[in-house]
Amino acid sequence: MIRLRDYEPLLNELSVPGRRGYYLPECDVPGKAEDYLPSEALRKEDAPLPELSEVDVVRHFSRLSDLNYCIETGIYPLGSCTMKYNPKINEYAASLPEFANLHPMVPVSAAQGALELMYKLQKYLAEITGMDAVTLQPAAGAHGEYTGLAIIAAYHRSRGDHDRVEVLVPDSAHGTNPASAAVAGLKVIEIPSDSRGLVDLEGLKAALGPRTAALMLTNPNTLGLFESDIVEIARLVHEAGGLLYYDGANLNGTMGVCRPGDMGFDVVHLNLHKTFSTPHGGGGPGSGPVGVKKHLEPFLPVPVVALSESGEYYLDYDRPQSIGRVRTFYGNFGVCVKAYAYIRRLGPEGLKRVCEYAVLHANYIWARLREHYRFRYDRICKHECVAMPTKEMMDNDVHTKDIAKRLMDYGYHAPTIYFPLIVPEALMIEPTETETLQELDGFCDALIAIKKEALENPQVVKDAPHNTPVRRLDDVAAAKNPILNWRKLGNL
Amino acid sequence: MKVPADLYYTKTHEWAKVEGNKARIGITDHAQEALGEIVFVELPQVGDELSAGDSLGAVESVKAASDVYTPVSGKVVAVNEALLSSPGDINADPYGKGWMVEIEMSNPSEVEKLLDAKAYEELLKEEA
Repeated sequence: MIRLRDYEPLLNELSVPGRRGYYLPECDVPGKAEDYLPSEALRKEDAPLPELSEVDVVRHFSRLSDLNYCIETGIYPLGSCTMKYNPKINEYAASLPEFANLHPMVPVSAAQGALELMYKLQKYLAEITGMDAVTLQPAAGAHGEYTGLAIIAAYHRSRGDHDRVEVLVPDSAHGTNPASAAVAGLKVIEIPSDSRGLVDLEGLKAALGPRTAALMLTNPNTLGLFESDIVEIARLVHEAGGLLYYDGANLNGTMGVCRPGDMGFDVVHLNLHKTFSTPHGGGGPGSGPVGVKKHLEPFLPVPVVALSESGEYYLDYDRPQSIGRVRTFYGNFGVCVKAYAYIRRLGPEGLKRVCEYAVLHANYIWARLREHYRFRYDRICKHECVAMPTKEMMDNDVHTKDIAKRLMDYGYHAPTIYFPLIVPEALMIEPTETETLQELDGFCDALIAIKKEALENPQVVKDAPHNTPVRRLDDVAAAKNPILNWRKLGNL
Repeated sequence: MKVPADLYYTKTHEWAKVEGNKARIGITDHAQEALGEIVFVELPQVGDELSAGDSLGAVESVKAASDVYTPVSGKVVAVNEALLSSPGDINADPYGKGWMVEIEMSNPSEVEKLLDAKAYEELLKEEA
């Protein structure tokens, strides 16, 4: 078995004693470390840091980056992740020194441009979602969910409605929904999906009651299907005294065409790093703004960016019902700049076209694959579609994981697999609007070729990947006995 | 796919083996097959009081983490601690060594609402 570290050693393994790439300047603090620190805080021997020259380090990371597959390499069809190409002009805007070098502690009078951008972005996002007010603070999607649920809980408390502790979550929901509800101290109640793949209205009615705090819903849902009963769902939830929470992960499937606010949602979170095009998937930073209707505005986190009557932007902390701060300073500002640039460049018509192309592309993939793969919900979708291997493939012991591994040999990133949980062996494909017809065809051709292999020569699929620096990984050992740091232990 | 005739089942793929007022609970062969190799198991504490439908713990595989729901109400009187170090027992022997908890039922008539082997087999066919 070839291991990645045979292919590219770790920095520690490249280390040569005495080699240097950088010299620290002479210390200008008088005295020695032991004059300032207690003896137990002092090192007895030097830290075993790798010793390398600049060229060693640059080449190491260049070789690693050559192994990487990213959105700049090709289609990255992870479902519900909206891995769209991010225009470079957004990076240009965010790197303007007036934004990039702005210190968060400068007085607001010296940050008027940045505050104006945040204020306008709040307005744009409110307009796009049909909400009345927006906070830009949450650091990413799940943080936005937590913030939104904290606002909902504060709203119920303010009305003396202390029994509302249950959050209804469909069984097709993103895993973050129940997790955020649990972290917010609320109880999760799962709602079944019906044979259409949509919220089961009878199941919803049975779960609604005086303990209902909110229903969390993604629309379109994780099957890429539009919850066409949404107006009725909103009526039922509101009648029961609950609120409606919109998970904005799939906004790319409705943006510019219809708005969560008009559907009856009270709270939304958005993933700027998905829909509004900033790089993500490598650990961030993301940005998860939360929008609310008028009745929830008093509970937004502080500070809110506001505009005074004299035309000055300021940070409004005077909000006695606020849930408080949810983030240091004012959120991930750089991501906000990129989202602002993206929105301004596209305009209302452009944002609508984003959605239309995203939906067209997902349906193109569905239409090309439906003769070759199974679709439990075999109909027109929004921005993503969920395929399954056929029975014949499964009879040859070829499963979704094997298909995903084999896709790498064809030069494509795999889609999301084994999610949503209500579709066994799911391949959840979200192409996004930024792919060309040729790229979509190449991806579909690969999946169709893999289908043929699965029937005629299944072993080649089951042994995949063949052309990658490492072959099939032992994911059970990786989960049970992860080796997360380097130690000088010889041949691990 | 094994569906022993002497057990009761749930729509969420748990099994219950009822003896007197005690029920031994685990996840079905179908469930372990769908989850793939299980790498972590979370169990309740002995003495916990659970209502039917409550989460009694969770199983995590390389594909997904799933709650396990108790088919019956009552007090947890035993947990299979061996699973904590060898969660793969659930894959290898879901109805035997892979049992998860034993519950002293507070309302034994709840058993009547569970699926029998035949009804569970029908459910699996529908879901396929």
